[in-house]
Amino acid sequence: MIVGNVVCPFCGCLCDDIVVTVEDNRITAVEKACTSGRSLFLNVHTQTAKPTVDGKEVEWAEAVDVAARILTDAANPLIYGLSSTASEAQRKAIALADLLGATIDSTSSVCHGPTTIGIQVEGEPTCTLGEIKHRADLLVFWGCNPAESHQRHFARYSVLAKGKLTPGGRRDRTMVVVDVRPTLSTRRADVFLQVRPGHDFELLNALRALLKGQDLDVDQVGGVEVARLQDLVERMKSCRFGVIFFGMGVTQTGGKHLNVAELVALVAELNAYTRFTAMPMRGHGNVAGADCTLTWQTGYPFAVNFARGYPQYNPGEFTAVDVLARGETDAALIIASDPVAHFPRRAAQRLAQIPTIVLDPEMSLTAQVARVVLPTAFYGVNAAGTAYRMDNVPLPLKKVVDSSQPTDEQVLDWIIEKVKTCSA
Amino acid sequence: MAMAEFVLITGRTAKQGAALSRGKDSSEYRQATGFVQMSREDRECLGVEEGRRVRLRTVFGEAELELREGDVPPGMLFVPLGPAANTLIAADTQGTGMPDSKGLVVEVELI
Amino acid sequence: MLGIINGEVYDPQNGINGEIRDIWIKDGKIVSADEVERAEAEIIDATGLVVMPGGVDIHSHIVGAKVNAGRKFRPEDHRDHVRTRTTLTRSGSGYTVPTTYMTGYMYAEMGYTTVMEAATAPLVARHTHEELEDTPILDKGVFITMGNNHFIMDCIRKGEREKARDYVAWLLGASKGYAIKIVNPGGVENWKWGRNVEEVDDEVIGFGVTPRQIVSTLAWINDELKLPHVPHIHAINLGQVGNARTTVEMMEALEGRRAHFCHLQFLSYGGKPGKRLRSGAAEVARAVNEHPNITVDVGQVIFGPATTMTSDGPLQYRLHQLTGDKWLNDDVEGETGGGVVPMQYKRKNPFNAVQWLIGLELFLLIDDPWRVYLTTDHPNAGPFFRYPQVIKLLMDRDYRAEVCEGLHPRAKKGALLPELDREYSLYEIAIITRAGTARALGLKNKGHLGVGADADVTIYAKLDDKEEMFARPHYVLKGGEVVVRDGQLVRELPGRTLYVAPPYDPGIERDLRAHFEECYTISFDNYPVAPEYLPHGEVVPCS
Ligand code: SF4
Ligand SMILES: [Zn+2]
Repeated sequence: MIVGNVVCPFCGCLCDDIVVTVEDNRITAVEKACTSGRSLFLNVHTQTAKPTVDGKEVEWAEAVDVAARILTDAANPLIYGLSSTASEAQRKAIALADLLGATIDSTSSVCHGPTTIGIQVEGEPTCTLGEIKHRADLLVFWGCNPAESHQRHFARYSVLAKGKLTPGGRRDRTMVVVDVRPTLSTRRADVFLQVRPGHDFELLNALRALLKGQDLDVDQVGGVEVARLQDLVERMKSCRFGVIFFGMGVTQTGGKHLNVAELVALVAELNAYTRFTAMPMRGHGNVAGADCTLTWQTGYPFAVNFARGYPQYNPGEFTAVDVLARGETDAALIIASDPVAHFPRRAAQRLAQIPTIVLDPEMSLTAQVARVVLPTAFYGVNAAGTAYRMDNVPLPLKKVVDSSQPTDEQVLDWIIEKVKTCSA
Repeated sequence: MAMAEFVLITGRTAKQGAALSRGKDSSEYRQATGFVQMSREDRECLGVEEGRRVRLRTVFGEAELELREGDVPPGMLFVPLGPAANTLIAADTQGTGMPDSKGLVVEVELI
Repeated sequence: MLGIINGEVYDPQNGINGEIRDIWIKDGKIVSADEVERAEAEIIDATGLVVMPGGVDIHSHIVGAKVNAGRKFRPEDHRDHVRTRTTLTRSGSGYTVPTTYMTGYMYAEMGYTTVMEAATAPLVARHTHEELEDTPILDKGVFITMGNNHFIMDCIRKGEREKARDYVAWLLGASKGYAIKIVNPGGVENWKWGRNVEEVDDEVIGFGVTPRQIVSTLAWINDELKLPHVPHIHAINLGQVGNARTTVEMMEALEGRRAHFCHLQFLSYGGKPGKRLRSGAAEVARAVNEHPNITVDVGQVIFGPATTMTSDGPLQYRLHQLTGDKWLNDDVEGETGGGVVPMQYKRKNPFNAVQWLIGLELFLLIDDPWRVYLTTDHPNAGPFFRYPQVIKLLMDRDYRAEVCEGLHPRAKKGALLPELDREYSLYEIAIITRAGTARALGLKNKGHLGVGADADVTIYAKLDDKEEMFARPHYVLKGGEVVVRDGQLVRELPGRTLYVAPPYDPGIERDLRAHFEECYTISFDNYPVAPEYLPHGEVVPCS
């Protein structure tokens, strides 16, 4: 059986043109996807996996029971992850956090959390990817490397895409990359500005000054000659439709949210000359969805705490790395992410010290240190659901092969029911 | 013996992305995340061969990795996102939720 | 079974004006007295209380991409405005942009049971429906933005209005929408070039069509499809001094076809462009009175915080430049655009004060209450939970004069409002908040208490202070279930999502596949919102 228009749930591109061949409930071929997407589809296993408690296989009812008890017994439980699950499950996870008075945070906090903070300061002039495909003649990639992290971005949405006003594709666009090192993306660029690590803010600030017509009494800023910055400003002012895509090179370096605020301010100011937009390169398949669902249910996109019975927001206080590293969390529910593999050591170690529950189709590093492991179906491969693309366009994830595993949404529902009876 | 100070950058790579789906126990994943890239100039200046194991040390932790030559500017090291990178980055987020994971000062030591 | 006895009933659709009546309810519907076993019915004694149908809001921004973007970038809006979780209800936060659960609860506590989300780009309608599912109690519908849609503008240029009609029918079904929404026709597309439209006959760049053609074609399509509502129009030049002229021209461009003009306050500005704002309410109200094909809602300004959010990209950029506050813009491929900018309306700001005057003048100068409705264009001119204050302003001349006193002197000079003596009656309030809006929306089972109507009922204490009276009804029933009792929310139910599914020539899908290949970044097959997204969906028939 051949299934078309499948959405790849791996990265924020959410390419929805994947063709998957299924034989005997196994995926035997994947067309159109990039290496990351192909690997995802080809490696999803379909054999039944049982939940475990303390490493021993148990029935679902028992595992859910233990999980619910851990969460109700905890004083400061943490729910974390969400970026690789469907929005249906994210909504349940927030309901559970509300019920428990827990802290809830998504992987946003360690990728584009600073972007959110920057946006809350300066705003967000943006658009959907189709506008870039059809209109943008100037593409700036700042602190990101889509050639490796979002491999089909260039072809589907940006550099190579042929659009209404850009029928020539690559020929009709100028590509600028700002990064601290040469990458596969910088090799494709017309202009590569190599910024010294940690000097993104200075560079952005210098661009704003030049845009305002101010003279800079230095020859270079952050390792880049002022003449080249002046050249970039001229390109920005005179293009038809421009965009800055930005990644973790902006959000993880010194300045963090201040870099993003400065970038947004620059983009907003450019609209006095032409149309200009900005877009964060969201990484995980549904990390944008985690922002969306958390926002519509709590008012805030990450770093939310319900201890007072209502949502409070404070990055640095209620973000996962912080509550773990400070040892405040006494139980954790990790959904579709692997903090042990990605968090700074001190935060990751805490997860091994406290009772941790993992909902994940994969045996992640976090699952290996968890007390309760709940192996769930893989959204987009063996369960249907919804994911939000990096530009917040929601797409339907398909079920292409069957699985006997329950979905994250179902398991969270069971836990919610159990918690309600525990606390009643 | 501490040899030199560099600026550390961590980030995604396509190989690391594809290896994720192979499972984090897989040799693909370990290979895709278990190396550090250094410029040719720095490598020659330090007189280290490719494939050599080195120890990186920041104020937050240390990790052992395989040295590779890569297209990074002199004075910089690149480590793919993964368990090794995590031991080197800070747990302090300075009120943002985001650990300092780019632009840290790192020492390299031959093993 | 349930009976509400001895209440003072206001049911304008059935001509009942404050008479003492009993209302009987069975299986979620209003029934006649003889269908109920009185002995088994729960009885609510409404002696001395006012009984009305549940409120029906014709235009409010409560869910979807823009609202959520507004929530996300305004944490300062939420911090001091929170709702604590109870064993029955979810927690929430937000003042001008409250979270979904909180929105449902607050509307219900104010006696409203049906609310229309005023604008969604079809590309992101799936998001809107996810949020609607998380908005409890209320029955809801979504208006789908079409005034800058590439496929429609192409059809108009080629003279293929039948094709445009089939597309609109398909699009409403695919996005599970309720009505055609038109926002700054052509102007939002031009904004993608950094421009706008200023006249009804200005050209849309790259399409060779005009705002007049877009509006009149969609009005024709609306009639052809016999949609329950009419085209819901946010006209050109919104917020611009001197726009009263083009607003009236837009009404005339319809050539007698039916349409609804939303938040008319923002479109009734007199004075010369670039000069001081003067009220254009008299001119626009006269046009409304003369055009029986037109209904309007006001978008009354409420002094205090607001969040402006529209699909009108160029307007939002202008507001950003005006206030200097943070700016969110979101252009949507081939369909529309939009933006969000925080706002503060101040009595002492002459521009804001005139805006406030204009809204009330429109209410008082438009003769037929069946054609003018209460909104604040939530949260653009103020939050929805301030409706009771507007009701007091309309019902109480002295209160009006009192608030007028505090306005900036320049705004008061020569203002019309102090001369308008009209006071709304409870009967008229029932029209502009439920009977009239339900009728305009084509919701036959809403906005009245006749046999067969949905048993959405609100019971108020009869108080002199009308703001107090309308802010906290004693009882609210939704589909026959008591959701508010003694002013307290006692029950959370899911609400329904109402949508239309007009028939179309399936041949259109071939053209659409090609259009999607060319114009979108998602495939044709992944575009329609599947019925699974609307577990409480209900089709409202077209006829
Ligand atoms: S670019 Fe991203 S979404 Fe597209 S196929 Fe590759 S991994 Fe999947
Ligand atoms: Zn509106």
